[in-house]
Amino acid sequence: MSLQRFILKRALSVIPIMFGVSVITFGLFHLTPGDPVTQLVALNPDVSAAEEAALRERWGLSGPVWEQYLTWISNVLVGDFGQELRTGREVSAIVWRRLPETIALGLFGWAFALVIAIPAGIYAAVNKDQLGDTVSRFVALSGISIPNFWLGLMLILIFSLYLGLFPVLPPSRQPLYHPDMLWYLILPGVTIGTASAASIMRVMRTSMTEELNKEYVTAARAKGLPERTVILKHVLRNSLISVVTLAATLTASIVAGSVVVEVVFNWPGLGREFINAINQREINVVMAITLFTGFFVILANLVADIVYAALDPRIRYD
Amino acid sequence: MTEKRQTHDERGRIRVTGFDSDRVTERDPLSDWTDGTSGETVGRWRRGLQRFKRNRSAMGALVIVVLMALAATFARPISVFGVVVQPFSLAPYDPTTILYLQDPSVSTYDPPSWDYPMGVDGSGRDLFSRILVGGRYSLSIGFIVVGLTASIGLIYGAVSGYYGGNVDELMMRIVDTIFAFPGLILALIIVAILGGGYWQLVLAFSLFGWAGYGRLVRGEVLKIKENEYVMAAKALGARDRSVVFRHIAPNAMPPLIVLASLNIGSVVIGVAALGFLGLGMDPSTAEWGTMLDATRETLIQGPDGQIPWWATVFPGAAIFVFVMSMNMIGDGINDALDAQQTGVGRGGED
Repeated sequence: MSLQRFILKRALSVIPIMFGVSVITFGLFHLTPGDPVTQLVALNPDVSAAEEAALRERWGLSGPVWEQYLTWISNVLVGDFGQELRTGREVSAIVWRRLPETIALGLFGWAFALVIAIPAGIYAAVNKDQLGDTVSRFVALSGISIPNFWLGLMLILIFSLYLGLFPVLPPSRQPLYHPDMLWYLILPGVTIGTASAASIMRVMRTSMTEELNKEYVTAARAKGLPERTVILKHVLRNSLISVVTLAATLTASIVAGSVVVEVVFNWPGLGREFINAINQREINVVMAITLFTGFFVILANLVADIVYAALDPRIRYD
Repeated sequence: MTEKRQTHDERGRIRVTGFDSDRVTERDPLSDWTDGTSGETVGRWRRGLQRFKRNRSAMGALVIVVLMALAATFARPISVFGVVVQPFSLAPYDPTTILYLQDPSVSTYDPPSWDYPMGVDGSGRDLFSRILVGGRYSLSIGFIVVGLTASIGLIYGAVSGYYGGNVDELMMRIVDTIFAFPGLILALIIVAILGGGYWQLVLAFSLFGWAGYGRLVRGEVLKIKENEYVMAAKALGARDRSVVFRHIAPNAMPPLIVLASLNIGSVVIGVAALGFLGLGMDPSTAEWGTMLDATRETLIQGPDGQIPWWATVFPGAAIFVFVMSMNMIGDGINDALDAQQTGVGRGGED
C-alpha cells in the first residue's frame, strides 16, 4: 500500500470514531435525568410551566433525544456550540479564547518531556544495569507514580514559597506571546510534562537496549565507527520510532493533565474553564470542551499513525 | 516421522574411548535437572511466583502495600449495621474529631509534634489519623474498579477476538471511540452528572475503564486462537463458551494481570484528582485528594504568614507512596510473567 493510500484509508476511519465521540458526549448529558432546565426550575419555584417549556425550546432541550441530537450535531458541524446558559456568550468564542493558553502549556510540557527523556533514555540504555541506570529508572518510576496535582503543589511550595523563584500567581497577566510569560509557563509546564517524560524515558530505554542487541550494531561497530556515531546515528533513530507510537497516548494524558494542572496553577486555559463549567452546570461549554478533547486526541492518533507508517513501511501492510 | 527411530540400534555407533564414563555420572550435577524431573514442568504461575519472590524491589513494594492496606483497615473500628466487625484502632483520634474543642492548647495548623505526628489540619483535626483512615477510600476504590473493569474487559475482548468479523469490527470501533477520551475527563463528567460519593466514583471509573483491557485481551485472543489445542477442543465438539473461557481466556491472563496491577495506581490517582478538584467525596471526608483540596489555599495565603507544609505534603505523599509501590509490583509481575524473557531451563534463571 502506498503511503498516500494508507493516509486516505486511515483518515476515513476517523469518521465513525468522530461520530461515536459525538454520540457519547451528547448521550452522557442527555440520557441522564436532570437537564439544566429542571435544575434551574428547582432553584426558582415560581417559574411557570409555559416559561419552562419556552426555556427548553430556546436551549434545544425539547423533543425526543434523537431530535435534540440532530439539532445539536448539525449546529456543531458549522461551528456553533450554542450559548453559555447564564451569560448568553457564544461557547465557540470562549473555547477559541482559552485554546491557545492550553496549547502553549501542552507544547511546553511536550518539549520538556522530550528534552529530559531522550538523553536520559539513551544514558540508561548505554549504561544498562549500572548505578546511573538504576537511579534513572527509579526517577522515571517516581515520575509515573507522582500525582500531577501534588507535584504542582510541591513545586509551588519549594520554588515559589521557600526559594521565591516564581510568583505564586502572575501579578498581572501579559498576553500569551509576551516573553515574560515563559517564566510563568515553567512550573505548570514541568508539572504537566513529568509523567510523559517518565514514560518516554522508560520506552526509550527498553527499545534502545533491544536495538543495541541487533546485528546491525555489531556490523557498525565492526567497521570501526566510533561508538558515538553508532548510538546517535543508527540506534537512536530506530528507537525513536517507538516514541512515536507512544505520542498519541501521551497527548491524551497531557490533555487530561491540563485540566488538573490548570486548576493548580490558576492557568486560564480550557481545563480550568472545563472545571468552572462543570461546577456552574454550563452544559454547552462542558459538551464543547469534551468534544474538542475527543477531536484532539483522535487527531493526535491519526498523526502518530501516519508518522509511524512513513518511518516504518512494514506497518502499512497490516 | 514415518521412519522408525533407531535409537537402540547399535549399528553405526562410534565408540568413544579414553575417559571413564562412571566419573561423569558420579559428578555433582551442574543443574538440578534429573531424568526424574524432566517430565514434569513447573507451571507458568508457580514459575512466575518464584521469579517475583526473587525481585527485591517488587517484594519491598508488596510489603509497603500490604502495610498500607492493614493500616487503613485497622485505623478505626469498622461496624456493619451496628455490629463491630473490626474493633482495633491504630489511629489515635477519630478523623472527624476537632481537637481544639477538647484540648484548648491545640490550634488549627499546629506543626507536627509527638502528639500529632503529621500536624493538625485547617479544621483542627489530626492529620495522621485522617491519612490512615483516608487509605480506605483510595485503596478500596482502586481494587474494586480494577476488578470490575478487568473482568468486563476480559469478557468483552474474548468475545470480540473469538468471533471476529463484523462483531469484532463493531466492538473495536466502540473501544476506539472510548479511547478518544482521556479517562479522567469521562470520570469527571460522570461524577459531575451523578454527584460525588463512593459508589459514584466506582461507577465513574468503571463505566468506560474496561476499554483498555478489552483491546488487550482481544489482541491476545487473536494470537491464542491460532494454537492447535484450540482447534483440538473445537474438533472434540466443545461449545464456543467452553473454548473461550476454558482454553483461550486463561492463556490471555498474564498480560491482563500486568495491566491490572499497573492500573490500580492510575485509578487511585484519578480518584484523588477528582477529590482534589472538589468533585469526589464530601468536602469533609478524610480522602487523600479531598484533603489536599481543603488545604491548598494555604499555599497562597497561609495563616499568620506561615506555610503549613505538612497539610499538603503528607496526604499527597501517601498517594505517591502507594501508587509508586503498586507500579513497582506491576513491573515485578511483568518481569515475572513475561514469557519472552524467560530464560532457558527450570525457573528461568536470568
